[in-house]
Amino acid sequence: MLKVQRPTTAKTIISPSRLLLWVGVVLMVGFCLAPVLWQLLTSFKTNAAIATIPTIYWPSWDQLTEAHYIGLGGEFLRYMGNSFFVSLISTCVCLLVGAPAAYSLARLKIPGENIILALVLIVSLFPYVLLFLGLLEIVKAVGIGNNYLALIIPYTAINLPLTILVLRSFFQQLPKDLEDSAKMDGYNTVEMLQHIVLPMTIPALVTTGILTFIFAWNEFIFALTFITRPEMQTIPVAVAKIGGASVFEIPYGPIAAATVLGTVPLVILVLLFQRRIVQGITAGAVKG
Amino acid sequence: MTQDTIRQRDQRTGWLLVIPALVILLLVFAYPILRAFWLSLFAQNLGTQLQAEFTGFSNYGRLVGDSRFWQSLGNTTIFTILSIIAELIIGLGFALILNQTFRGRGLVRTIALIPWALPTAVMGLAWAWIFNDQFGVVNDLLLRLGILETGITWLGEPTRAMFALIFADVWKTTPFIAILLLAGLQSIPKDLYEAHAIDGASPVQSFWQITLPLIAPQILIALLFRFAQSFGIFDLVQVMTGGGPAGATETVSIYIYAMVRRYLDFGYGAALVVVTFLILVGAIALTAFLLAKARINVSGER
Repeated sequence: MLKVQRPTTAKTIISPSRLLLWVGVVLMVGFCLAPVLWQLLTSFKTNAAIATIPTIYWPSWDQLTEAHYIGLGGEFLRYMGNSFFVSLISTCVCLLVGAPAAYSLARLKIPGENIILALVLIVSLFPYVLLFLGLLEIVKAVGIGNNYLALIIPYTAINLPLTILVLRSFFQQLPKDLEDSAKMDGYNTVEMLQHIVLPMTIPALVTTGILTFIFAWNEFIFALTFITRPEMQTIPVAVAKIGGASVFEIPYGPIAAATVLGTVPLVILVLLFQRRIVQGITAGAVKG
Repeated sequence: MTQDTIRQRDQRTGWLLVIPALVILLLVFAYPILRAFWLSLFAQNLGTQLQAEFTGFSNYGRLVGDSRFWQSLGNTTIFTILSIIAELIIGLGFALILNQTFRGRGLVRTIALIPWALPTAVMGLAWAWIFNDQFGVVNDLLLRLGILETGITWLGEPTRAMFALIFADVWKTTPFIAILLLAGLQSIPKDLYEAHAIDGASPVQSFWQITLPLIAPQILIALLFRFAQSFGIFDLVQVMTGGGPAGATETVSIYIYAMVRRYLDFGYGAALVVVTFLILVGAIALTAFLLAKARINVSGER
């Protein structure tokens, strides 16, 4: 029904299809935002207001507090810092390793190219729970438990398939003449990559980097398994631990505040880079 | 320099550029899977004092009779099928809406992305709070609407706990499907609809005869990705229900994790990993086959 697109509608009357469209828009926005807004509201309510039945949707001033945020303390900033550090480093490593591979798979006709691509596609479908047992053994054997390398290397790996697929489709769209003339001028492949191709690739690198950063920030099972020292935890694990901290009384206010703080960086990324994220998701999944 | 040596040098550079990525992928993906195959042939648990003892296929024998495994597999299947069906329908609705032109579309697209970007483990807690028995907003809304007389238990009751999990998963992953399907919708030429309308087709007919067949590849790709992710769902379940009540929402991944981390049974855990891996590969191969067929159909129609 929504597919009707007749420009004949008079301005004063809202056509049924337009009305239906707007009902859809309102439902969609409500569905996507309601849980987030609900956490936001809870995070500012006093404990008494949280535990009031029936639920308070429009709290008065004295039912509001910022105590839950303050209660999280400096520890929480530390977790944010940990997440930021791990996500940023693994994103950089991933681009550094993935971009050359993507270029090679797009341009330099190496034998076995299709096999490598198929491999990359297949591993992007693996659930991480199938990997943590083997990785746990490696982490123990090498002695990098409670070391961020135990997160940075797997995070790089889980983001490599996406990076390679997105950047490969980007490189394939670059005009080949440019590289040919660079070679005429006597550049070898690596020099040409550095001086000619890389500068043009920066927008695509940013697109990919945002996605890999988000995936690294959100990863749970490796962070839960390989990092056991509380002060080294990343946001998803730290927040989940607050949820299970007390047996007798679940601290709803602090949990809500923690979920809000832990998701703010991602909401900002989405607000700033919506278009790029959409591009990245479609390029990573559709072309390949 | 001849063409041949240039080509050879290009190939050598090509390999050098690919190798670091390949090494990392093999280390993090291939090794753990192969290792699980090997380890599944050994008993390595508290009974053997964590020493590996070769036991052949006995882990697999145990698995056949392990009702907890079959229950978790059943739970995973129910969760996967129901959540994917709901996500496809709602995601298609989202995509159709976002494909229209209306004021504020950019903002709406941004908002529709937010659930996708937020950490599942963190939002799982938010959902547990929303479905809270005493103070949860779901109960409150249903009471206000007169659908319920008294608040009900959500996460403590098997069916409703599964419902809550599926609801939270649908919220989280529908945007991903919507984005993929939107890309498909945008690639359909507008004149197809115009020609179809001139032939006297209604919008509903156009939807079934043009839209759906032409976005079939995107639907299958979305299915493929979502199936794999959904089948391995871990963080949402771990945070929201922990697999409870009484194992009613325990998925295969939760069971594997408990087997390794809580019961320290590495050999049997490895066997569970292997079987889950094989089920997944089989299902993916089937979808990939359908995908290849759908592509041919689409290009044949054009």
